[in-house]
Amino acid sequence: MRYLPHTNQDRKLMMAKIGIEDIDELFADIPKQALTSFADTMPSHSGELEVTRHLQSLSNLNLAASKAPSFLGGGAYRHHIPATVDALIQRGEFLTSYTPYQPEISQGTLQAVFEFQTQVALLTGMELANASMYDGSTACAEAVLMAGRITKRKNVILSGGLHPFYCDVVETLAQFSRLNIEKSRPEAPTKGHLDTVALEKRINEETACVVVQYPDFFGLIRDFTRLGDQCKKSGALLIIVFNEPVALGALKSPGEMGADIVVGEGQSLGVGLNFGGPYVGLFATKTKYLRQTPGRIAGQTEDLDGKRGWVLTLNAREQHIRREKATSNICTNSGLCALAFSIHLSLLGEKGLSHLATLNHEATISTADQLTDIKGVEILNESYFNEFTVRLPKPAGPLVENLARKKVLAGIPIHRLYPDRQDFKNLLLVNANELTSQSDIEMLANGIVEELS
Amino acid sequence: MNKEMDWDKENTASTAENKGLHTEEPLIFEQGSTSQSGVDLPQPKETQHRLGSLRRTKQIGLPGLSEPEIVRHYTRLSRNNYAIDIGLYPLGSCTMKHNPRLNEAVARLSGFSDIHPLQPLSTVQGAMALIKELERWLIMLTGFPTIALSPAAGAQGELCGLMVIRSYLEQQGDPRKTVLVADSAHGTNPATAAMCGYEIKSIPSNASGRLDLQALKKILDSEVAAVMLTNPNTCGLFESQILDISNAVHNSGALLYCDGANFNAIVGKVKPADLGIDIMHLNLHKTFSTPHGGGGPGSGPVAMTSALAPYAPLPWVDHSNSGYTLTEHVGSQSKLSFGRMRAWHGQMGMFVRALCYLISHGGDGLRQVAEDAVLNANYIRQGLCEHYSMPYPGTCMHEVLCDEQSLKPVGLKTLDVAKALIDKGFHPMTIYFPLIVNGAMLIEPTETETKETLDQFIQAMIAIADHSSPESISFLKNAPVHTPRRRLDETQAARHPILRWSVDRTETSN
Repeated sequence: MRYLPHTNQDRKLMMAKIGIEDIDELFADIPKQALTSFADTMPSHSGELEVTRHLQSLSNLNLAASKAPSFLGGGAYRHHIPATVDALIQRGEFLTSYTPYQPEISQGTLQAVFEFQTQVALLTGMELANASMYDGSTACAEAVLMAGRITKRKNVILSGGLHPFYCDVVETLAQFSRLNIEKSRPEAPTKGHLDTVALEKRINEETACVVVQYPDFFGLIRDFTRLGDQCKKSGALLIIVFNEPVALGALKSPGEMGADIVVGEGQSLGVGLNFGGPYVGLFATKTKYLRQTPGRIAGQTEDLDGKRGWVLTLNAREQHIRREKATSNICTNSGLCALAFSIHLSLLGEKGLSHLATLNHEATISTADQLTDIKGVEILNESYFNEFTVRLPKPAGPLVENLARKKVLAGIPIHRLYPDRQDFKNLLLVNANELTSQSDIEMLANGIVEELS
Repeated sequence: MNKEMDWDKENTASTAENKGLHTEEPLIFEQGSTSQSGVDLPQPKETQHRLGSLRRTKQIGLPGLSEPEIVRHYTRLSRNNYAIDIGLYPLGSCTMKHNPRLNEAVARLSGFSDIHPLQPLSTVQGAMALIKELERWLIMLTGFPTIALSPAAGAQGELCGLMVIRSYLEQQGDPRKTVLVADSAHGTNPATAAMCGYEIKSIPSNASGRLDLQALKKILDSEVAAVMLTNPNTCGLFESQILDISNAVHNSGALLYCDGANFNAIVGKVKPADLGIDIMHLNLHKTFSTPHGGGGPGSGPVAMTSALAPYAPLPWVDHSNSGYTLTEHVGSQSKLSFGRMRAWHGQMGMFVRALCYLISHGGDGLRQVAEDAVLNANYIRQGLCEHYSMPYPGTCMHEVLCDEQSLKPVGLKTLDVAKALIDKGFHPMTIYFPLIVNGAMLIEPTETETKETLDQFIQAMIAIADHSSPESISFLKNAPVHTPRRRLDETQAARHPILRWSVDRTETSN
């Protein structure tokens, strides 16, 4: 078998050295009745040719976003990833290395992590960032738990604009903690629906944090500066969540609005769609909250020769040192995805990110303008970056299914994520990006017109 | 332009420290600029924006570089890393086996890599078929009827396991208060139990390095919700009393959680469900070869008994006459689920890689994996037992545990052995874990190493242990010297944290 280097000759020699005749002498501790030959009933090994053929056939049953006009966002975004990114992350020294526990032979990973941390801090307008979490949703949950530890309070307010799956994850991961999660009833964006007064009114001396999304799940962009001031006044933390880092190329940073913790999904840069994973959680905060921050962090130092280098640091926060008193149980993070994010962002630079953001926004404006022209179709958002909510005159779900059969991925029926909300049945979430062409927009518009007639 | 953001181009690395193929590489912030980019994009149209009042006006401060500079930057960085592709990486309990390149190729098929998690289900039937096929393989190997694929890594798998247990017990009307954790357990075990709102009590190990059954029976009471153990355990030993342990646990109304990090020792040989385990996680990035990527991503599926299955987390894939469907919300078929652990379906990219690995090996290949892994570890044990003290002599499973007893007379510490190994061209073994042994050295070669490599490793270890003159001791204490960086000051890093580059920082070296 091609991954197993030993020949039977090797095995014989080695067993002789150990002083055994049968390999099962090394498995003597296993209860006899459990040591069965069930492996013989399983399929036997396969060569690359057969394996590839089988997996290719499964792949062929899926409609890839590159094969159809695709208008899907809703927390996972598609962008063009430069060829250089994948070429570099496939280098064996990055792909097949481990957590940099021995820093002398891991400076590649550690320097890249230090650069990644800096990029995330700059992008979010915060003071520091960690080496990544699993994804945006678990980063959000960890931020909420962290706010509970810092404030020692128990109430958590989740905005109605927070991605519904993120709300679910926060509720799930916090369910056995002291925290009391208060969700909000989400509203589809309407004109004038930009204020945060309703959220502000709910803040009291038991509020640990308020969690908002930027742009929100419906694509709406709101200013959280005043909310940040209110939080500060009452000692609650403001947590701002983003799903699309490219948006931060066009928008004021969350840090400038007074966020205490900023978390988000980094997938759209460098990582790709991957049917939902692996993704990369970005986590940034203020220096004063450092000791309560979860996850790995790389820090700068010097070696015996006085040369600059990096190490994983502040381990006393983490599970392998503090065990049940750790800030989180996280061990493995999303190293290679964080590297892909970092390489993509280094290639873009600020200039490129800004440019990319502009292209995304313009494609979205073109899409919105063409859809607005369709009788019965209403764009609900007053503001948006690269996605917006549309109200159709009939349910979005079947429309999207029908268009999918015609190989147009028309957007996300919002009701799919809010099955209890009958009033969301006609709502469609539409994303556009730098890959969206004029003919894509036309196919979408024509498809919708056909469905509505 | 803001003067603050004007990078000082004179402050770049000198080539004085370059040595042959090793180059000193500055940070991207010390090379690039905000006005440079390595990506060509089409011209924008200069449309009036609709961002409201929140259009960005300030500079972010992110540098860009041309493509050649980026390729060189990251290529140089990569050359400062050791990796499995370079040599033996004997980290105990990490299972640093070869990462097959076929895995990488199939994961990049556009039908897997370029599909959105919220596409209409009719357009992703192949992806859901793959998920079910992976489930079937893992079910065959573990013997459990159900497996939850969504946990993102081992630690999240542990959390899934304990949340299932707690939900199950709460449904019975008695969540209980305590979780018992083996004292040799990985730190994620107690950290996870705490996240579930449980108090943790430690179960001691006995003189043979296994869970002390008598001690366990003494602390098992009606307040214990679960016992967490690893099998084989972190000393590299199979818990031979596992059936008695699980009986004792069940008799007190508690459940038995198994940390599957060491599954590589027994895959294809024994099914954990036959050992009285109720629920366990697997690490796709350990036993099933998905790449470690410098620290992640991983994937931690959780297999469980049918009694626990109703509590499994969302989402999951089902198969019916009309094809594959997805259960994404708590509903009539899923009302007992403890909830959703992450935004999407799971680490799909790792599922593709792991399934590729499983199909490639087949049942015969997987059994051979366990046998060769255990053979290799025992071969190392045989080679080292005269030179290194081992707290639990005798047969080990896939990893062998040494301690620092034999180093003391020559004034050496485990850390010195590790650093000396680096100079001999090997990544060190896991050190100072498990905590129940002083100066632990946990060596796991895995099955993808040749006899020649193992012989070289044994020779290197023997050479290190036989250093008994003051000169050679001092050499060891200064190791490594052949690496891009020598020992780094971790104390300073923690005392004066510098966690990012800043524009006002002046570099003193490099």
